[in-house]
Amino acid sequence: MSSNSFAYNEQSGGGEATELGQEATSTISPSGAFGLFSSDLKKNEDLKQMLESNKDSAKLDAMKRIVGMIAKGKNASELFPAVVKNVASKNIEIKKLVYVYLVRYAEEQQDLALLSISTFQRALKDPNQLIRASALRVLSSIRVPIIVPIMMLAIKEAAADLSPYVRKNAAHAIQKLYSLDPEQKEMLIEVIEKLLKDKSILVAGSVVMAFEEVCPDRIDLIHKNYRKLCNLLVDVEEWGQVVIIHMLTRYARTQFVSPWREDDGLEDNEKSFYDSDDEQKEKTDKRKKPYTMDPDHRLLIRNTKPLLQSRNAAVVMAVAQLYWHISPKSEAGIISKSLVRLLRSNREVQYIVLQNIATMSIQRKGMFEPYLKSFYVRSTDPTMIKTLKLEILTNLANEANISTLLREFQTYVKSQDKQFAAATIQTIGRCATNISEVTDTCLSGLVCLLSNRDEIVVAESVVVIKKLLQMQPAQHGEIIKHMAKLLDSITVPVARASILWLIGENCERVPKIAPDVLRKMAKSFTSEDDLVKLQILNLGAKLYLTNSKQTKLLTQYILNLGKYDQNYDIRDRTRFIRQLIVPNEKSGALSKYAKKIFLAQKPAPLLESPFKDRDHFQLGTLSHTLNAKAAGYLELSNWPEVAPDPSVRNVEVIDLAKEWTPAGKAKNENPTKKFYSESEEEEDSSDSSSDSGSESGSESGEEDEEGDSSEDSSEDSSSEPESESGHQSDTENRRAAKRNSKTKGKGDSKDGKKENEKSKTSDSSNAESSSVEESSSDSESESESESESESRKVTKEKEKKAKQDRNRLATDASLLDLDDFNPVSTPVALPTPALSPSLIADLEGLNLSTSSSVISPLRT
Amino acid sequence: MIHSLFLINCSGDIFLEKHWKSVVSQSVCDYFFEAQEKAADVENVPPVISTPHHYLISIYRDKLFFVSVIQTEVPPLFVIEFLHRVADTFQDYFGECSEAAIKDNVVIVYELLEEMLDNGFPLATESNILKELIKPPTILRSVVNSITGSSNVGDTLPTGQLSNIPWRRAGVKYTNNEAYFDVVEEIDAIIDKSGSTVFAEIQGVIDACIKLSGMPDLSLSFMNPRLLDDVSFHPCIRFKRWESERVLSFIPPDGNFRLISYRVSSQNLVAIPVYVKHSISFKENSSCGRFDVTIGPKQNMGKTIEGVTVTVHMPKVVLNMNLTPTQGSYTFDPVTKVLTWDVGKITPQKLPSLKGLVNLQSGAPKPEENPSLNIQFKIQQLAISGLKVNRLDMYGEKYKPFKGVKYVTKAGKFQVRT
Repeated sequence: MSSNSFAYNEQSGGGEATELGQEATSTISPSGAFGLFSSDLKKNEDLKQMLESNKDSAKLDAMKRIVGMIAKGKNASELFPAVVKNVASKNIEIKKLVYVYLVRYAEEQQDLALLSISTFQRALKDPNQLIRASALRVLSSIRVPIIVPIMMLAIKEAAADLSPYVRKNAAHAIQKLYSLDPEQKEMLIEVIEKLLKDKSILVAGSVVMAFEEVCPDRIDLIHKNYRKLCNLLVDVEEWGQVVIIHMLTRYARTQFVSPWREDDGLEDNEKSFYDSDDEQKEKTDKRKKPYTMDPDHRLLIRNTKPLLQSRNAAVVMAVAQLYWHISPKSEAGIISKSLVRLLRSNREVQYIVLQNIATMSIQRKGMFEPYLKSFYVRSTDPTMIKTLKLEILTNLANEANISTLLREFQTYVKSQDKQFAAATIQTIGRCATNISEVTDTCLSGLVCLLSNRDEIVVAESVVVIKKLLQMQPAQHGEIIKHMAKLLDSITVPVARASILWLIGENCERVPKIAPDVLRKMAKSFTSEDDLVKLQILNLGAKLYLTNSKQTKLLTQYILNLGKYDQNYDIRDRTRFIRQLIVPNEKSGALSKYAKKIFLAQKPAPLLESPFKDRDHFQLGTLSHTLNAKAAGYLELSNWPEVAPDPSVRNVEVIDLAKEWTPAGKAKNENPTKKFYSESEEEEDSSDSSSDSGSESGSESGEEDEEGDSSEDSSEDSSSEPESESGHQSDTENRRAAKRNSKTKGKGDSKDGKKENEKSKTSDSSNAESSSVEESSSDSESESESESESESRKVTKEKEKKAKQDRNRLATDASLLDLDDFNPVSTPVALPTPALSPSLIADLEGLNLSTSSSVISPLRT
Repeated sequence: MIHSLFLINCSGDIFLEKHWKSVVSQSVCDYFFEAQEKAADVENVPPVISTPHHYLISIYRDKLFFVSVIQTEVPPLFVIEFLHRVADTFQDYFGECSEAAIKDNVVIVYELLEEMLDNGFPLATESNILKELIKPPTILRSVVNSITGSSNVGDTLPTGQLSNIPWRRAGVKYTNNEAYFDVVEEIDAIIDKSGSTVFAEIQGVIDACIKLSGMPDLSLSFMNPRLLDDVSFHPCIRFKRWESERVLSFIPPDGNFRLISYRVSSQNLVAIPVYVKHSISFKENSSCGRFDVTIGPKQNMGKTIEGVTVTVHMPKVVLNMNLTPTQGSYTFDPVTKVLTWDVGKITPQKLPSLKGLVNLQSGAPKPEENPSLNIQFKIQQLAISGLKVNRLDMYGEKYKPFKGVKYVTKAGKFQVRT
């Protein structure tokens, strides 16, 4: 009733609005011409005329030109009144272009934009679902705060629409309204809750997106829909899959206990990837850990696995991060193969995937070790890809593969890309510190590089050698002498500073060279870089303390130079050092310890991966890529100590039963929708029956029989010839239903009849198969097997079934043997009274198709 | 999710912008230009750039930058993959994804973008669905439209949108029913100085061109499916069937599409069909060097190797090259320092070679490293992994389709270090 009165209001309102519109446009349009854009005046005048003409073609041309202007970023806002008038155009292309225009400029011209609202309100009631959907899309895209109530109403209505496509658009509209007016949150959550219950694969992705944007913390809304989402996942479109997988990852981390517990003892669990399952099991048994995985947790992990094979890199990455974050560590190994596959893709995908692999390879080396060679660098790779690959190679280096890697690095060092060569040198340094066996080899290799012609390479080597020598300060006098010589030629400040520091630190090992170096440096002090100056001061101080006889004057001189340096850091340091090392009456207790302070053992720097600290971000996210929290990043929570009540995910059977019965269906239907065309109503009924099909497959076994019968009816009608376009979409739905039934059949026949009867309650086993589509060649026997599982089977049927089973075996065998198989003369299913007519029709159809599938071998 | 999209050409002009939420000023692209300048090379522009209020995620395709503006957390691959899908769609509609094509068809581009995203979330990306909503431009259609006044825009919801098989449109009819499959394999390899293989891998795809009426249900089987190590599928393929029987069973989309892409396990030794003899040397203290490259067939399974090209990025000190090919022709671009030798077919009797002198900048030190050779080739009627299609069966329709399979092996990222 309320909706009726609303419709009335709307109509009258709409009428007013159009009248107003005409008035407004006539008065406003000339004022537009006064605008600032006098240069465009003439051109736009001509566009206006075209828009006001009676011919659609002229209007269309005008609109096309206007869209061209928008695309180029030119301002076309002054045409608003003229364009808005065409919002009700009969020509669908004009209409669409007007929509484009409206969405672009409505925010700027709010008052005028209101004129179009009534048109959309009318279109929202259009029998054509595409028009309803696009009206909702545009209405919700107009960012005019005044129409928030209208939008809210429209969304609510669309969320109950019979067409899943319209409902999908409603889900999108939720986010738009939320960003326009966050006050509406509560109401919107209600709509989200309702849409989350939707069983259409079309809606699932969009509504989860809305959920993530509006109320990601309302995890309680997911409970009841968790299993459904898991089961639908494979059939949802790619983009929806990504969003749902990310949401379910978060969900799983709050609802299940950690599956990693058993791995705690192992330090990094490197080994267990290679252990067979049995061994793993043994281990678990031995430890008697009481951990058992929640079946729902298992369901998610299992149902996402096939998506690793997706062509969409985003989906693969989403599954990979899901496995990384929630699966037992022993199972996460399977993702590496798929991630490596993505490396064949374009450079942007490579970049992101390599980043994620870099993070993963720090924690679990074993995962990517078998693919080591896939990370070898090609000279044609862009530098950013090269550096990332290098990073991964470093992470994967171990005693076993380091010799091959070092050989590979040798090629890289010579690369023409000097930036990359420098990165390689750092990598060699890191390998040398991480793997003690090769430290000496690396060091001598790096020393060789010191005679390289390229300065960047030499400088980088110096820096790395400095770090390495610091680690083992033993007998490296030769290298230090060599480097001291380099000071004459090398100009890169970091390298010079490193050499000076090294000499200062080892000044007692090279007593002859050190003072000489200081002498040279004192000469060039003023022209050095700040970084080098600081190290000269350090060197002077250290020499003063160890060898004051030779260097006292030199150091004094340098300290004097430093005192008047332009840089305050250097003046500061000079003052500090002077106080500390030069004895005077004021110097306190500290100067006694000067030597200890300056020549203390310094811990060697840790050469760490720059990806070390990224693991606290969820993999695959923008935040992970940027290594900074992006706006709207949702933290992945830690596993709960104790799992929250798993029964919240149980779906009440009573609810389902209601939906099964025709009465429930009628109840489901919104009485206000009565005025829709018949075809749509039909669509709804088939819709819900297909839904019920999937339900029976996944949720409750007891309902199986009922589910079958409803499927039967839908299949029955599918054999009718289709005439209207509305019907076509119906058939699609029916196909879905059919597929579900087949699927179920398959699952059953495979798991054995026992399971079929007994373990119906274990939803997951059936549910798993919900994604499967069966080829018609098999389905014949399977639909049979299903009928068998029904309690009222006839013995005659049983015999036939056995026969067909044999047939199926034959076909299976031939498929596996890959021989050309002669179509087995299938015993035609005789119409027995026990079979439902639809099944017969189905079987007949299948029979025809089998005979038509006599195949000629492929032309090769 | 995706807030706005800017298309930018190589010279840095923003020639198209589209906003799905409120308008973001073009000035946001300045951050992108900044990064581009820093990167020097287009290939090195980071795909994800953080700015004070937005994040920019960009792809580089066909000399164009697609720069999308993001405001909140989103998986970056999601955006990248979508942008590539947009570029694919342009390619599909206009034959090429270029600035000129996009400018000429700006209205269709806009209509497409409008359909592909709603509020920044992908709405319809399947080419079969889009083509029902917005018809691709053809000369014939534009003539017909101008006469009859009909439009390029569909007015009913594409049937695919509501079905479980959104990739296929209903009511497909052909007079000649055909199904063609191209098995294309690419060899990725790194060959070291001495000619031994450092790394080799076969990457394959099966591209299909299906023109079949109605709703055909196909199943494609292989003689040796176990070769396929890692496979990614078009959504139409039934995964379970592959898992259990190693048969590709699917209801195909209409037209051209990529059915699967696969990798052949690297454990199997990869046959390298060509070998290269090379001697490139630069003399110390002299302004010239020698260049000598010979290419020959090896393990080519008795098939001819054709379409051979060798590309070399010479070091920067190289000024010019004076070479004589025994076969084919060569070009050297003194600006980019890229040497391209178009060899053509290799005949085992007379191996093609390219010899001559290299002129170096005088005074400059001799190059540290010899450049690596990138080689392209093609072998018709051979899948180097040995993969063979066994048969194609069709169910669900009564007619008898014409079927064909073609095999091609190509060089992928094939690099010889010298």
